[in-house]
Amino acid sequence: MSHGIGESEHHESPEGTRWIWVVFWILLGITGVEVALGIIKPAFLMQKILGTSALNILFILLTLVKAYYIVAFFMHLKYERKNMIWTISLPALILIPYLAFVILTEGGYINAIMR
Amino acid sequence: MSDHAVAASGTEDNNSTPRLWGGGRQPLGASYGKLMMWFFLLSDALTFSGFLTAYGLMRFKFSESWPTAEAVFTHFPYVQGEQPLLYVALMTFILIMSSVTMVLAVDAGHRNQRNSVVLWMGLTIVGGFFFLGSQAWEWYHFIIGDKGSVQLADGRVMYVANAEGSRISLAELVEGHASHGHHAHYTDAQVREAFDKTQGLQLLPPGKSGEVIPAAQSKALVRSAKAVQGANMTRNEYGSPLFANFFFFITGFHGFHVFSGVVINIVIFINVIMGTYARRGHYEMIEKVGLYWHFVDLVWVFVFTFFYLV
Repeated sequence: MSHGIGESEHHESPEGTRWIWVVFWILLGITGVEVALGIIKPAFLMQKILGTSALNILFILLTLVKAYYIVAFFMHLKYERKNMIWTISLPALILIPYLAFVILTEGGYINAIMR
Repeated sequence: MSDHAVAASGTEDNNSTPRLWGGGRQPLGASYGKLMMWFFLLSDALTFSGFLTAYGLMRFKFSESWPTAEAVFTHFPYVQGEQPLLYVALMTFILIMSSVTMVLAVDAGHRNQRNSVVLWMGLTIVGGFFFLGSQAWEWYHFIIGDKGSVQLADGRVMYVANAEGSRISLAELVEGHASHGHHAHYTDAQVREAFDKTQGLQLLPPGKSGEVIPAAQSKALVRSAKAVQGANMTRNEYGSPLFANFFFFITGFHGFHVFSGVVINIVIFINVIMGTYARRGHYEMIEKVGLYWHFVDLVWVFVFTFFYLV
């Protein structure tokens, strides 16, 4: 793994191209599961949890898993330096859930007072 | 001598202290170009979260009239009947696939194999065009509409349902059977008259939390209602007009990212063919456009979930 430039800091980048197809099948498999669940909508997943259905929570979790695989492997972030990893991921990990929490809570409240 | 003293800033001391501020170091272990691409993508991620959470806000606010995705996106090319989710699943597959070819291009670049880079970059560009074409197809079907609905005098968009409570299209209402192939437009008068003549018709709310309007009341309401077919910025047969606005804006903004990604990929592709990076001795530029391309895929993963699944 001594090719190209700036490789001196890469931490054990995976060799070969097999890992690319592994990630591909993981992403495709998760998408397949999501589509199947979205079409079937199994009854046991339709019960309410945290203000929405268990199925929706599952969809969001699966989405985050897909996002992890894209960012960590395809975008190679997992193999960057630690300070680089945190510089990029912390702002997103803090700000986006915060924004979503505040805005969605507000939306539910507006709906409640409009009724 | 005196101007030498002014220029001295302490960074170029010739003793053994590390030249921390003297340049030539990469504190984050990534080149300037790659780092700036990452920072751009981070800010772009926050932009997209702003859009998607705004979508969530309006969806929660108008949950009675917010359509569910399976009532909106139901078509698949050359396949009859309702096929919810399948088409976007195909679009997702195309984008993941083009991400894979991009990783393979980056990998080939690491090994300085110019012909491989040309192959994989070319396939990535093809994938990008396939995605854009799919999106155009989906926009087209969204805009011309599907079943059609009625808009009451108070502005609410409602679906027409038969006595059993299952939704029927305006074609079935007016002509008594589903329209095949052609997309007819019906006037307000046609729809009102047909609704008045048919017994037991009800009005369904587009959203999950709205209430069904019983037959007698529905009949009275439809006498002053308009027919709505298709969707644009002001009218939307699927439900709240805001749904169409967000659909056009968010998938349009993402599609614009894909489009600019394809353009950048083509520029880099030409550079690879002309041997620009072979002369430079490394293919880091492929990594930089690769980051952008994967980001486009990443955003789509979230758009897929929040527009079509949840």
